[in-house]
Amino acid sequence: MRQFILRRVFYSIITLFIISITIFSLIRIAGGDPARLYSEPGARPEDLARLRAQWGLDKSYPEQYFSFVGNIFKGDLGTSFQYKRPVRELYFARLPASLQLAAGALIVAMGIGIPVGIISAVKLNTWWDSLGKLTALFGLSIPNFWLGLLLLIVFGLYLDIFPVAGKGGISNLVLPSVALGWYFAGSFMRLTRSSMLEVLGSEYIKLARLKGLPEYVVVAKHAFKNALIPVLTWAGLYLVLLLNTAVVIEVIYAWPGIGNLLFSGIFQRDFPLVQGAVIIIGVMIVIANLVVDILYAYIDPRIRLTR
Amino acid sequence: MATIAAVERADRTADILKSGFRLAREMPLLALLILTLLLAVAIFANLIAPHDPTLPLEDTDFFAPPVWMEGGSWNAILGTDFQNRDVFSRLIHGSRVSIIVGIVGTLVAGSIGTSMGVLSGYLGGWVDTIIMRFTDAWLALPALIFAIFLAVLVGPSMWNIVIILGAVFWTRYARVIRGEVLTLRERDFVRLSEVAGASKLRVMVRHILPNVMNTTLVLASLTIGVVIISEASLSFLGVGVPPPAPAWGSMLSEARPTLLTGKWWLTVFPGLAIMLVVLATQIMGDWLRVRLDPQLRNL
Repeated sequence: MRQFILRRVFYSIITLFIISITIFSLIRIAGGDPARLYSEPGARPEDLARLRAQWGLDKSYPEQYFSFVGNIFKGDLGTSFQYKRPVRELYFARLPASLQLAAGALIVAMGIGIPVGIISAVKLNTWWDSLGKLTALFGLSIPNFWLGLLLLIVFGLYLDIFPVAGKGGISNLVLPSVALGWYFAGSFMRLTRSSMLEVLGSEYIKLARLKGLPEYVVVAKHAFKNALIPVLTWAGLYLVLLLNTAVVIEVIYAWPGIGNLLFSGIFQRDFPLVQGAVIIIGVMIVIANLVVDILYAYIDPRIRLTR
Repeated sequence: MATIAAVERADRTADILKSGFRLAREMPLLALLILTLLLAVAIFANLIAPHDPTLPLEDTDFFAPPVWMEGGSWNAILGTDFQNRDVFSRLIHGSRVSIIVGIVGTLVAGSIGTSMGVLSGYLGGWVDTIIMRFTDAWLALPALIFAIFLAVLVGPSMWNIVIILGAVFWTRYARVIRGEVLTLRERDFVRLSEVAGASKLRVMVRHILPNVMNTTLVLASLTIGVVIISEASLSFLGVGVPPPAPAWGSMLSEARPTLLTGKWWLTVFPGLAIMLVVLATQIMGDWLRVRLDPQLRNL
């Protein structure tokens, strides 16, 4: 087990190294000259050179890369060109808003996905099951930004129940959460369904039934609890994803989260911002994957042996 | 003798007919119908579309509603947009973008991913290590963010988007295909061809590749919907197919400023088109998965 964890941690570090080098080199190859982008068109060459020196762009690429990585270990992810503030500060200033949205979306996704998945599995091959599968299918097929726009039209404009943009109370959170969570509801439904089916086919469920327990006790107490383990693991991973990738939804609802920050950074060619934010996102996802891997290996020893 | 041969031949034809019927019955007909229709629309867009998708109409109002509403006209069945262009014609031409990006993007991703998976799984050693570390790293980057990032770097155009989505989505193939190759590598027919002196390249191309094609096909059918939605998202954010070319994502983006003034037809129809296509590919994908590869049923 210890060896397994060490190996996984080692791989995770390599993964992060490759992410950092990919982002770094892509920006340097195709990004253009930020000094020129952030100064007036007729700027003097010596002013441009001064800007480059200030941002450390006059050094060689390896030098830039090593100072970039060295700074990361010091907790310094660089300074944004457009906001003139540390990237870390900007990212964590946006984190609470994104966390709210992600939590809202996760509640929507699990609130729809888990019950539908359970019903689908318990009433296997009935029209309940078909209905459940259909929900999942629509969850995966409706583009989330289109759903966001439709919700705006129906609830923001015609019914005028919810505010249409910005951050505020709970009512601001409803529409973006539904739009963002809908896709994941489909995933949760599929996960819950297959996990429930697996558990329902196991020996101890047969025993519980043989003991003469009523069906709802078998399902609710014995099957559901165990089927929930993989679902909750995935919920953790999804939370990390929801937190960082809600770009389109955040843009539509003018939600001041990380997605919007990243979007403005990419559009303004604010390289340090993009570089830093992507690194933070990469670290979060790699760590989440690592934790899941280790948890699974802890639960199921067979996994430790495979690479 | 001749009669026996004839009877046998008739039996064979009957068998083929029967299996043909079974296939037809099991096929998701509705999904197939949607996809065929879409393909036809995309190919014959020039002939079907009543108007030029990029030019304003002359005899209708700006923001004319669909024909069944007050103020609508038969000239623009699904209404007109902010430049007085025909929404119906734009939808028809937009199908080309979605189809081309969806199919070619999936092909690019599939070819890169399958080759990488075969190389990685068959050669093993440091080739495997390098390819798999890259796969892991690229998988850890959220697909859409990575795609937006690349799109801003290389600039918007349809073919750039194709390449970008190929570059973003190949990792999913590489992972699965590698796993498959690892077991294929140990099979007798591969071992025997190695003993017979076949070169590594020959083993990979002639013996391994045909055996992973089913998996590639299933993965492709499941990726194509994601690719189409990704293209629409990029176009919606303004980093996809540049205007005035009609792409469904850009149509949604152009509709955004007037969203809250009740011009619902500009938002509803393009999204509906995206949804239908993705739905159809998903259904086909599920069907293919169950048919071609029982092991992937739980994927």
